[in-house]
Amino acid sequence: MATMAMEQRKRIHPHKFTLWVAIASILMMFAGLTSAYIVKRNQANWFTFDLPKVLWYSTVVIIVSSVTIWMAERQFKQREMMAYRRLLTVTFLLGLLFVALQVIGFTTMWKNGLTLQKNVSISFLYIIVGLHAVHVLGGVVALMVMFAKAFSRKVRNYNSVPVEVMSTYWHFVDILWIYLLVFLLMIR
Amino acid sequence: MSTTAAVHDAHAHDVHDAHHEHHHHETFISKYVFSQDHKMIAKQFLITGMIWAIIGGLFSVLFRLQLGYPESTFPWLEDFLGHWAKGGKLNPEFYYALVTMHGTILVFFVLTAGLSGTFANFLIPLQIGARDMASPLLNMLSYWFFFLASIIMFASLFVQTGPASGGWTIYPPLSALGDASSGSKIGMDLWLVSMAMFIVSSLLGGLNYISTILNMRTKGMSMTRMPLTVWALFFTAVLGVLSFPVLLSGAILLLFDRNLGTSFYLSDIVINGKILPNEGGSAILFQHLFWFLGHPEVYIILLPAMGMSSEIISVNSRKPIFGYMAMVGSMFAIAILAFLVWAHHMFVTGLNPFLGAFFVLLTLLIAVPSAIKVFNWLTTLWRGNIRFTPAMLFAIGFVSLFISGGLTGIFLGNSALDIHLHDTYFVIAHFHIVMGVASFFGMFAGVYHWFPKMFGRFMNNTLAYIHFWVTIIGAYLIFWPMHYEGLAGMPRRYYDYGMWESFKMFGGLNQFISFVSMIVFAAQLLFVFNFIYSIFKGRKLTALNPWGANTLEWTTPLRPGHGNWPGEIPEVHRGAYDYGKDGREFISQTEPVGPNESHH
Repeated sequence: MATMAMEQRKRIHPHKFTLWVAIASILMMFAGLTSAYIVKRNQANWFTFDLPKVLWYSTVVIIVSSVTIWMAERQFKQREMMAYRRLLTVTFLLGLLFVALQVIGFTTMWKNGLTLQKNVSISFLYIIVGLHAVHVLGGVVALMVMFAKAFSRKVRNYNSVPVEVMSTYWHFVDILWIYLLVFLLMIR
Repeated sequence: MSTTAAVHDAHAHDVHDAHHEHHHHETFISKYVFSQDHKMIAKQFLITGMIWAIIGGLFSVLFRLQLGYPESTFPWLEDFLGHWAKGGKLNPEFYYALVTMHGTILVFFVLTAGLSGTFANFLIPLQIGARDMASPLLNMLSYWFFFLASIIMFASLFVQTGPASGGWTIYPPLSALGDASSGSKIGMDLWLVSMAMFIVSSLLGGLNYISTILNMRTKGMSMTRMPLTVWALFFTAVLGVLSFPVLLSGAILLLFDRNLGTSFYLSDIVINGKILPNEGGSAILFQHLFWFLGHPEVYIILLPAMGMSSEIISVNSRKPIFGYMAMVGSMFAIAILAFLVWAHHMFVTGLNPFLGAFFVLLTLLIAVPSAIKVFNWLTTLWRGNIRFTPAMLFAIGFVSLFISGGLTGIFLGNSALDIHLHDTYFVIAHFHIVMGVASFFGMFAGVYHWFPKMFGRFMNNTLAYIHFWVTIIGAYLIFWPMHYEGLAGMPRRYYDYGMWESFKMFGGLNQFISFVSMIVFAAQLLFVFNFIYSIFKGRKLTALNPWGANTLEWTTPLRPGHGNWPGEIPEVHRGAYDYGKDGREFISQTEPVGPNESHH
């Protein structure tokens, strides 16, 4: 019995593992898009332009949110539920702010004539960044569920797996964004 | 301290599992509709897949009617299809829609969802010794996304302008421009939405299969003791999870091109003398994104059939599978190569010939693991004590079809030959035999073999034998002549070959093919009848292990409930293929290794 429990402990929790496989799958979608982008870049009428400044602010926001969710996870494990709730709220708001800043950035681009249909290079930017934002929004929805659970009086669950899964996903969308930003800056 | 806590947790978990069924009050809805039991979800996939198979098969009979009898009219067709068959003759637009939907339905809805959806769900937990999937909820969602995709695709058959008709590969510009054809209108949008749902469904399923296999195996079930079915389903899931997202990205770009005026795939296009504003796109880009999924998809379809045939051949030869590790290794090699050969579908797109040479090499390399598998199946059969059950016949039929279809793959993999053979009936013959019919045989083998575990009854053997012989002879009679037509240059997807002097001589052959295809379709209806009849009236299963198999699914009760084993999950002590060892017919995986046992 004891050895079986030990064996079980060494293995990664199935839900966490599922998330890692899902991350690989999401990465493949972005790999498909970014390789299409690289192929298209050699086209004659490829159009280069500067990324809107506000994307830099959004980058800072998402990095900070990654730190806050890391702190939230630590507080949860130490059973500091008040601090956990506070940090979860901050992360949630930062996630929304990230998406809002990106929307602002793209609205300015659109107003300056860099519309979706103008050139393939711009269309790619809208789609790649947009799909990333959809993944952040998915995380925001998940945070809302965690948030509701954290404030519900009925639920007294100290199982840290959901929190760990959430925080891993959040770090993933953060790192994915940094990768995409570097990609978009380097290859244009 | 933490160890004690863990022991306590594990113990509590076991107790909870053991009493699971007593606490669980199941209603009709939770048991048969929104079920989270992997066995019920498997049956849902199977039955939905069978309905799609009948629809997809019927479509092929309809367009074969046009191909075989282009001069004749069938007034009953008009009653049945309305304006799509005015005067009893298929409208060309609708002919293309039928061809497109036949491909879409059979490749995705039947041989992907129907095949791995059914058997991955049913066999993975039962054969690795798990109570259910890693996430039963995601598993249920996987089926319901498939169901949603099915509803949308089915609805697209009835829209005014008809379903998608640009071929199952939906190449732009035909698929990207609503004005290109009537099937490029709303039917195409519904196709894309349906496929997006379908992709979500297979991703949710695949995630679950992978984590279940890697994390939920019972005690003693090391990876190298897993049955080959589970290995095959594992590689299938990995291929799906890594390749479907790329198709999704391609489909998203296509949706933008269709509806929001972007130009990813479009450039310099003129429709009815009007120049379109799109510039800078390339239709070839879509082909790259499509075939990056499309080729692994071939193995997503084929691997489960390979795995099940391996298992069934070993059980019914009463011999260990020959070269277990070689079987696993060759499936691994196939899975890797599957990602590196997609451009062999694109040799005639103006691909750099130097690049083409690499793809030729990598494509031909697939022959090596494929041949290893074939030799291993044959050596497993060699001097076996063979029982020709219906499942066994279909498994052997699978091997036969895999050999004959695989050999023509070596022809097509050569870029020089492919310039002549590309888009001819040779290709149709090749992929129908090696991927379509062969995988169907794997699926039939699986259904006949595991039917007793699924429904507690046997299927009727006489009907099964008729089904087998009509199908295997019929399949060869249909597809073998197509090789000759293809070598003569007859292109695929044409509506009426009578219009070309060079293909007129194939009129009689086409008629013959169409005639046989109707007989084979009728044989499939016989299978459906046998399936439904046997669920209610089949001979009852009385022994726990009717085939004398070693794997864990036969240690469950006759009709296992949710949780599979009423008591503890059995522990595993050996691999799945100890047949005919030390004078014993079979030794279950749960039996400990004896002190004097030989090392095979």
